[in-house]
Amino acid sequence: MCSTCGCGQPDDHVKIVVPGEKDINKGQPDHGHDHTHSHTDDHNHHGHSHDHHDHTHSDQHGHNHDHHNHDHHHDHVGQDHTHSHDNRQLNLEQDILYKNNLLAERNRGYFEAKNILALNLVSSPGSGKTTFLEKTIQLFKDGPEMAVIEGDQQTSNDANRIAATGAKVVQINTGKGCHLDAHMVLHAIQRIEVNNNSILMIENVGNLVCPSMFDLGEKQRVVIMSVTEGEDKPLKYPDMFMSSQICVINKIDLLPYLEFDLEKAKDYAMRVNPKLKFFEVSATSGEGMDKWIDWLLAQTQ
Amino acid sequence: MHELSIAMSIVDIAEQEVKKNNAAEVIEIELEIGKLSGIEPYALDFAWDQAILKTVLEHAKRKTRYIEAMAKCQDCGNEFEIDNFYDECPSCQSYMKELLSGKELRVKSLTVI
Repeated sequence: MCSTCGCGQPDDHVKIVVPGEKDINKGQPDHGHDHTHSHTDDHNHHGHSHDHHDHTHSDQHGHNHDHHNHDHHHDHVGQDHTHSHDNRQLNLEQDILYKNNLLAERNRGYFEAKNILALNLVSSPGSGKTTFLEKTIQLFKDGPEMAVIEGDQQTSNDANRIAATGAKVVQINTGKGCHLDAHMVLHAIQRIEVNNNSILMIENVGNLVCPSMFDLGEKQRVVIMSVTEGEDKPLKYPDMFMSSQICVINKIDLLPYLEFDLEKAKDYAMRVNPKLKFFEVSATSGEGMDKWIDWLLAQTQ
Repeated sequence: MHELSIAMSIVDIAEQEVKKNNAAEVIEIELEIGKLSGIEPYALDFAWDQAILKTVLEHAKRKTRYIEAMAKCQDCGNEFEIDNFYDECPSCQSYMKELLSGKELRVKSLTVI
């Protein structure tokens, strides 16, 4: 049980790795919390730590028993003979994503308190997100500090590329997971110290479908598409374009070699989300990156 | 395949409620899912069978109500049903609209024993 975020079961398949640091994933972040607490107890009262533990346990048992007393009465009635009579309807009206949304709001509060601009970068695989980030970090050298969370199913390749730029970075491997969620981000930011007044770039798993439903606590969502994809990407994957505020169109240096109609792509995106703000860039040649950098700087002031 | 995450979140909610209400298991669960919530019904059906194995939902009957998506045109005020985020207002052809319904993703009720 994760004491910080109340998550039911730690996802065994999720790994969080900081390049250059030893892989500590075998000890879940939540276990870390437990140990910290018991050490504190030991330090306060040498030799009495057992008593403390005993007390805690008996307290817990006490509580449990109280509940059990109530429980058992109900349970026995229900379980013995009267299944059909003891049906109870619970009207929940519970948002299925409430846990993620709650954790996302916690992340958001943390970012706001520290004046961290958190952006969630989403796109299909191969749109050039990581190259775009590398270039952004290079061009942003004189701006506020930039930290990065990399999300991929497997490998630390992207985190290693970002680490080579000198930026703080942590890799989340989602295993079979097709998106980052607020819980993973919460634990990832525990692994790197993101300074006040900085920017946190969260590069989501390359996937234009699933990440759209999961708020990470970001201030804004940036969807990246590239001109080597079809102009109708926004119509095919409307949820992602609907839930984003910024749309970066990458690889514009390749436009002369392609039949991609930039205006048509923007028109399609605007049909889905008329409020989208566009940046047309080439992360490779640097074209158009100045406007993006200016916008980023303006967001941090 | 985020439907598996969604199904597992539903299992979490059910487990939590069963525990809180000292029940044994869920016999019926009602879901409300908006047509533009991003959930693909077939994918949810597929994920569901996997997610509920050995949980309090294993024997539960699932009733899913899919809710129509309605929008209000921000230019002319017309209210209309939409199938896609990029549908235009049928009366003034504007794309500026506010979604009134269709994003729901709720556990409406659980019947427990």
